[in-house]
Amino acid sequence: MSKLKKISNSVTKTQLWRSVFRHGYPDTPRNRTLAVLSNVVLHLHPVKVRRSGIRLSYTWCMGGLTFFLFLIETLTGLLLMFYYRPTAELAYQDIFALREHVPLGVMREVHRWAAHLMVITVWLHMYRVFLTGSYKPPREFNWNVGVILLVITLLLSFTGYLLPWDQLAVWAITVGTNMARATPLLGHEGPGAALLSLGGLEFIHAGDDVRFGLLAGRFVGEGALLRFYVLHCVGFPLIAAGLMAVHFWRVRKDGGISGPL
Amino acid sequence: MGDFIKEASNWLTQPTIFSLLSVALIVALVVFRRQLTTIPVIVAVFVGMTAYFVFAWSDPNFNKIITKPDNVPIIILLATVIFFTWLSLRRAVINDERIAKGEPTLEGELAKQKVFVWPDLVYSEFICLVAFTALLLVWSIEIPAPIEEPAATARTPNPSKAPWYFLGLQELLVYFDPWIAGVLLPGFIIAGLCAIPYVDPNPKGNGYYTFNERPFAITFYLVGFVLFWVAFVILGTFLRGPNWSFFGPFEYWDIHKLEPMVNVDLSTYFWVKLLDMPRPLNPWVRELPGIVLVLGYFLVTPALLAKTVFRTKFKEMGVVGYNITMHMLLWFALIPIKMALRWTVSLKYFVGMPEFFFNI
Ligand code: HEM
Repeated sequence: MSKLKKISNSVTKTQLWRSVFRHGYPDTPRNRTLAVLSNVVLHLHPVKVRRSGIRLSYTWCMGGLTFFLFLIETLTGLLLMFYYRPTAELAYQDIFALREHVPLGVMREVHRWAAHLMVITVWLHMYRVFLTGSYKPPREFNWNVGVILLVITLLLSFTGYLLPWDQLAVWAITVGTNMARATPLLGHEGPGAALLSLGGLEFIHAGDDVRFGLLAGRFVGEGALLRFYVLHCVGFPLIAAGLMAVHFWRVRKDGGISGPL
Repeated sequence: MGDFIKEASNWLTQPTIFSLLSVALIVALVVFRRQLTTIPVIVAVFVGMTAYFVFAWSDPNFNKIITKPDNVPIIILLATVIFFTWLSLRRAVINDERIAKGEPTLEGELAKQKVFVWPDLVYSEFICLVAFTALLLVWSIEIPAPIEEPAATARTPNPSKAPWYFLGLQELLVYFDPWIAGVLLPGFIIAGLCAIPYVDPNPKGNGYYTFNERPFAITFYLVGFVLFWVAFVILGTFLRGPNWSFFGPFEYWDIHKLEPMVNVDLSTYFWVKLLDMPRPLNPWVRELPGIVLVLGYFLVTPALLAKTVFRTKFKEMGVVGYNITMHMLLWFALIPIKMALRWTVSLKYFVGMPEFFFNI
């Protein structure tokens, strides 16, 4: 036995090494199978796939990239939460400090640009799924899970947009939520809202319509900031993670990535 | 020469021409897909776009809007949508030729082989991951995220824009009231997307790129996504300035640029211009022509089409599927119809009942 082999054996034959790497290097069919089966992340995949489904020119890797960007957002978002305080007094100041004073403040940039990218990759993922007809049976259900994921992705981005609490943020959210005023029946400037009244008493007005519910007030103020913060950091990420689990599970159960049969 | 290109760009991008050109482009893409999906074409498009950007960079107005940090993603969106549309149509053309000859599709050929996820899939995932991490890091270090002045609810910036991914809907506010542009249409988009797998009766084209086997579906998605979503986002980001007025890419964003508002309701056309009498006072009578027109559009058109052009579609889809599809399509078709009528006869509302916030 050569010296090198001996040294390497003294590492890889230890109990510690073997408890972490439970199989040899994946260059044999057996070890390749084990590599995928014995690792919780890789185990999202089957052991073997049809060659057509993993071509970049087929999937564009857009679903995978969306998931990757979601993970980046979770990681950078977590770091940002250590600094950012969601109150009208402090929010702007905290965001500002990220650039000037905080080590690794560049996390804000990564978080923002990855968020923009994620919106683009979801759209392109959906584009590819449509163009390859992958919503057709048996994948109707998963397409619908995807539609909800699309909405959640946009809502995640929308709620995050408010948090810097600068002019751009507040007015973009004002413009966006102004639409809710016009919700038929439920918005105070929506068609039919006036019908919901009894003897001159209006049930739907600026102080109780859907927009008020979204913003916790008549305009984008501190209540809206807190509401958006909680949804952005806890509510929507949890829903998204749960739905992604379902989504990936369904990809497997529906026979893997689509292909001609 | 430079000035000519700038003037031509400003002229070509005004909403009417921009929309018509986008339509023409999509029609051309579909009709001439065989010629347009060759490699020289996509190379020429990207070289042309790059050359244009280099040329335009030195212009102060263009530079100001293009170098806004939040607009970088829109450029990425533009480039990726162009590239992937080209790629998918290219593969569709190749597959359609193979199908016509009785050969297996590109995907069909590879589907017979099964490969191990490690290394074939894991490696390409890993490369994507590293490449994207690198891209994000470089991007983040090079371009700082914007932070404007602290929030002040008393000072409204002009223009006030929604986040970029909703700018298509904000653009629709030019033509429709918020209850349609901001509530009804987004709701229908989501509901319509959910309905797609259940109303598409065509079993073909599942798991490979094709055009000939699903011409209607592919054209529909191209128009919906590329035209009404992506092109409108680009229009809203780059070409809409203060007061949501139109500004060419080389035009200065002048707050005082006002576009004349001379739009007229259908009721005025009917009572005043056609019958030469004042509009009736009762809103229901006043709006009767519009109400009849709109009801006719939504109730009669599906039946008419089921008897004529869509006879086979109607049979394939069944009554429920056909009606759901038609009503969604009619709502979306209302967008270009209203746009065309606004540009040609300055139509404001088909039915205008501000008394009930009910304007169509
Ligand atoms: C957060 C958003 C999303 C994530 C992380 C995600 C992730 C993925 C991944 C990783 C795959 C495997 C194949 C691939 O990469 O293309 C996949 C497949 C699929 N996705 Fe998504 N997706 C998302 C949103 C959507 C949306 C918006 C739709 C459509 C409305 C959708 C519909 C589907 C369908 C039908 C499949 C199966 C495709 C096939 O078998 O070829 N997904 N998704």
